[in-house]
Amino acid sequence: MTLNSLFQIIFYIVVLLLLAKPLGSFMAKVYQGEHTFLDRVLGPVERFIYRVSGVKADEDMNWKTYAVAVILFNILGLLAVYAVQRLQVFLPLNPQGLGAITPDSSWNTAVSFASNTNWQGYGGEVTMSYLTQMLSLNVQNFVSAATGMAVLVALIRGFVRHTSKGIGNFWVDLTRSTLYILLPLSIVLALALVSQGVVQTFSEYKTVVLVQPVTDANGNVVTKQVLAVGPAASQIAIKQLGTNGGGFFNVNSAHPFENSTPFSNSLEMLSILLIPAALCYTFGKMVGDARQGWAILITMTIIFVAFIGLAVWSEQAGNPAFTKMGIDQVQTNVNPGGNMEGKETRFGIANSALWAAVTTAASNGSVNAMHDSFMPLGGLVPMFLMQLGEIIFGGVGSGLYGMLAFVIVAVFISGLMVGRTPEYLGKKIEAYEMKMASLMILIPILLAKVGTAIAVVTAAGLATIYNTGGPHGFSEVLYAFSSAANNNGSAFAGLGANNPFYNTALGICMFFARYWLIVPVLAIAGSLVQKKKVPASSGTLPTHTPLFIVWLIGVIMIVGALSFIPALALGPIVEHLMVFK
Amino acid sequence: MTIQTKKPTTYGREIYQRAIVESFTKLNPRWMVRNPVMFVVEVGSVLTTALWIQALIGQGEAHTGFIGAIALWLWFTVLFANFSEAIAEGRGKAQAESLRKARQDTPAKKLRGPATDLQSALSKTEVVSSTALRKDDLFLVETGDIMPADGEIVAGIASVDESAVTGESAPVVREAGGDRSAVTGGTRLLSDWLIIRVSADPGQGFLDRMISMVEGAKRQKTPNEIALNILLAGFTIIFLVVCATLLPYSLYSVNAAGQGAAITITVLVALLVCLIPTTIGGLLSAIGIAGMDRMIQRNVIAMSGRAVEAAGDVDVLLLDKTGTITLGNRQAVEFIAVDGVDVKDLAEAAQLASLADETPEGRSIVVLAKDKFGLRGRTIGASDDAPEGMHFVPFTAQTRMSGVNFDGTTIRKGAPDTMTELIQSGGNKVPSDLKPAVEYIARMGGTPLIVAKNNKALGVIHLKDIVKGGIKERFAQLRKMGIKTVMITGDNPLTAAAIAAEAGVDDFLAQATPEMKLKLIREYQAGGRLVAMTGDGTNDAPALAQADVAVAMNTGTQPAREAANMVDLDSNPTKLLEIVEIGKQLLMTRGALTTFSIANDVAKYFAIIPAAFASTYPILGTLNFMRLATPESAILSAVIFNAVIIIALIPLALRGVPYRAVGAAQLLRDNLLIYGLGGIIVPFIGIKLIDMLLVLLHLI
Repeated sequence: MTLNSLFQIIFYIVVLLLLAKPLGSFMAKVYQGEHTFLDRVLGPVERFIYRVSGVKADEDMNWKTYAVAVILFNILGLLAVYAVQRLQVFLPLNPQGLGAITPDSSWNTAVSFASNTNWQGYGGEVTMSYLTQMLSLNVQNFVSAATGMAVLVALIRGFVRHTSKGIGNFWVDLTRSTLYILLPLSIVLALALVSQGVVQTFSEYKTVVLVQPVTDANGNVVTKQVLAVGPAASQIAIKQLGTNGGGFFNVNSAHPFENSTPFSNSLEMLSILLIPAALCYTFGKMVGDARQGWAILITMTIIFVAFIGLAVWSEQAGNPAFTKMGIDQVQTNVNPGGNMEGKETRFGIANSALWAAVTTAASNGSVNAMHDSFMPLGGLVPMFLMQLGEIIFGGVGSGLYGMLAFVIVAVFISGLMVGRTPEYLGKKIEAYEMKMASLMILIPILLAKVGTAIAVVTAAGLATIYNTGGPHGFSEVLYAFSSAANNNGSAFAGLGANNPFYNTALGICMFFARYWLIVPVLAIAGSLVQKKKVPASSGTLPTHTPLFIVWLIGVIMIVGALSFIPALALGPIVEHLMVFK
Repeated sequence: MTIQTKKPTTYGREIYQRAIVESFTKLNPRWMVRNPVMFVVEVGSVLTTALWIQALIGQGEAHTGFIGAIALWLWFTVLFANFSEAIAEGRGKAQAESLRKARQDTPAKKLRGPATDLQSALSKTEVVSSTALRKDDLFLVETGDIMPADGEIVAGIASVDESAVTGESAPVVREAGGDRSAVTGGTRLLSDWLIIRVSADPGQGFLDRMISMVEGAKRQKTPNEIALNILLAGFTIIFLVVCATLLPYSLYSVNAAGQGAAITITVLVALLVCLIPTTIGGLLSAIGIAGMDRMIQRNVIAMSGRAVEAAGDVDVLLLDKTGTITLGNRQAVEFIAVDGVDVKDLAEAAQLASLADETPEGRSIVVLAKDKFGLRGRTIGASDDAPEGMHFVPFTAQTRMSGVNFDGTTIRKGAPDTMTELIQSGGNKVPSDLKPAVEYIARMGGTPLIVAKNNKALGVIHLKDIVKGGIKERFAQLRKMGIKTVMITGDNPLTAAAIAAEAGVDDFLAQATPEMKLKLIREYQAGGRLVAMTGDGTNDAPALAQADVAVAMNTGTQPAREAANMVDLDSNPTKLLEIVEIGKQLLMTRGALTTFSIANDVAKYFAIIPAAFASTYPILGTLNFMRLATPESAILSAVIFNAVIIIALIPLALRGVPYRAVGAAQLLRDNLLIYGLGGIIVPFIGIKLIDMLLVLLHLI
């Protein structure tokens, strides 16, 4: 790794950790209903929303009511997105006159955006009208993120409250997440992106004269090019902040109108992990012990840094095949060196590899480089980060509640090892919590593995694997299902995924990965909230110490490795061995 | 239990023989299904056996010997797990048998109507079988009779040999009323007679409960065990998915690589069994049974596994002062004379007043006077200086003092308030320095006794509770473990505070009544704490019933024993500390073996994955850095290691992970190093050694 890469990565992590506390404590205030500086402006808006929609803001829901509200709201959102896609041809704000989207693609995209996965089987600029992008996709960008945050907050209340039933009000949590956190941050970020050249317009696509004419495959001279534009900046902001990742344009954040400069690149990367990192602090603050939040944040950061290191090293080391072709891969002041296949020159090795780790650590999934072109181990990094369960930062809200499932398992085993019925934050961890936490860990693994298995033995699945004759095609399928089954949405690409088989199969994975996890999370919250709080003593296992962090990292890595090493061995690992034979 | 300490070797062989037989009978799938992890192994064994038979016919998916070897070792895995359980149960069964002997049908002298003395009872007896006795029936036992049922003494006093239950051969006295009125079926009357009211129907007596507990027949999974089982089932499902999906992955890879053969079912099953947590899954029930067993070895009968488990969680111990924290008796440690009285005169008077006092306190006064001032303990007429015609006045509840009269001299000793009255009624002034002396002693946690000669105060004797040696260190250890100790005493707060400070307990409850105990327990529980206590009296029963871990003394009353969830046959209140440690050990053993089991998988992957895909991607052999001889030897070595480790860990499962009284963080660090890191390293070595052995024996 070069000094330059090292400096960029360190700078990134330092800024991220510095922002965690102020934003985290602000969010804690929002969720605890305390006074914030935005109250004067947003308070009336909030009350207006409740009045219009008939929400009783002081009504406390038990976990079942909360879960029903979450699911109903999400299914309605899913149906709306489906309907808008199917009907966009009749709706306004469609300057290109784009037609209705196929049912399987519409289903896939609807689930994808409702479940905060934002897997994209379609290409934005050739498929979706401005209205579809704004009204259905972008609305889901906000509310799917807010759903994750609400569910997390409900779980935190399970730890905070005791001997009661209520875990909060979903409608209030949803509204406050959107209004006080996502919306203001998005406005600021959108303006900053526009300043860097990210487009924001309702005008139709622009036809421009090329500076230098080119000839196409048929030998015709091409002098003009159509530039797709649209209301992109507003969508990019929440796409990153809400760990959505669904790009406005097909090539996502590699597109200059979506991610124009190294500065916009840094801003976008920062905003991907900003809320997931800050929520750790919110958690600590709300449970009354900030150290608990820091411990989790440090756990995430350590795993994250290790994988960034692997990715950057692997990409910078270059490709032996290129060496044979006489391509210069040595890094100098003017040559980024390493494996530049599929990478934007304005981002280079470090920022492409860093982005790959950031976007898959969080369940974001936006890309600024072609992951399919990464070196085998470089590609293993984003794949494995997803397979860990999207808990290294993870999605907004969902990352932390997924991580808490691992914390519960880690606490359980370590609690036994010190000879006590395990407890976390004063709540006893018993059979019910174990059952639900096991489900939360099990379901994504099951979906990813079974989905991949079906794809690689059925004709429909095999039909669009174009990389035959080696382990790479297998990696592509494994990556796609790992992405969908963990609600990431990142694509390795290379695989033809916009067809009925993959649209349906990946859609099913996304759906169950999201909602079959939310229900157990809320069930844990409902169980914990009824329990007494056990006061800590020296016999209580401290869960904020370096020792516990090491143990938690061990549990996460062991579960992840044991679940996926056989599959990875047949994909990136064997590919790596073959490349470096 | 005496059986435990007596001749374990003869029982040992029987236990082993029986355990081996039971390892096979437990193969019954209906039994196995209770343990999901081992059930999966059994299904795998059946499957590979079928594949082996298929191979014998000539249709094998792999080399017949290889499939056969895998099938054989999978069966061993199941059998080893069953063996561990059987051996743990075996110990209990041996004890149950000897208990059962005591419970055999005995003739009972049932009374047709109420009676309170031997004569009237004898006229109403009819001899029936002990099984015909029902609750609230009355029966008579006489010298030499075996107690036909549990009961509460209505009339009589007698000595009873309870060795059948407690293993203690010294007879105990049982009498009507008070805290020693319960008798247990199966014990033998050594003298006199008793009229007893039956307290439990046949089959529900104390002995029956003990038998079913030690036998493990009524053993239900404890809450924590259930939670762990869920986690293990979760891991099992993950690995099932991992292995099941490996077949399609392998099929695809064979196509993509254009070489090799798909992974065989045999290898998949072998991989599955190696990955699922068989080590902990196989030993889990042995660990639970052994936990109860360790209680029994310390002469504690736990009424449920849940109670044993809860013992490890206890964070407040309520300890009776007398007998637990202090020796039962107070001892004289100091004489404080009032102004104008020689302390030697005081000592002499005190000694004289105590000569006939046979209580431990009285004797300690005589001894102290002798030790400090060389005053001989003069019994009546034994010495020349002993005044003639001594007349001793014993302590009575009315006078609340004791002493001696001779030659017109009266010496009295007693509690400050009664003595002050005596002095004042004699027309004497209470010396001004008497009260400070009394207060000083009370402040020190002692009991003051005022001595007066002819109704004139001489001074005060300092009687002191003697805190048991080593108890302070024990409490310090408990504090490190995060357990709070609370001393319960009938003493006044001043005295209680002083003893509490000396013994190093965290808190105390002075002038305690049963109601106050109950209230205290409820308060702690409302604060989320788990409370343990010991008790023996009937008035302890409500508090015992409320406490999470309640240990009744075997000498206690029937209600106390019923309310408790453990009974200490030794009736030793200090036992509570050991009970807590056993509970912790139980949980720790489970946690340590779970960690070990999962950590083992890392090495198994390195052994099996390169081997499983050797034909498709030979280059994966790079990962075989253990340099295992062949793919087949690698897989077989992993399977053998997986089976053998169960046998190797049976002693640890039965004995439990050693517990040390240190903080949770240090315990975790140590156990992670041993069972986590060790769990990663050991199988690398083990598998390599087995592989070398297989090659050496030309088995591969």
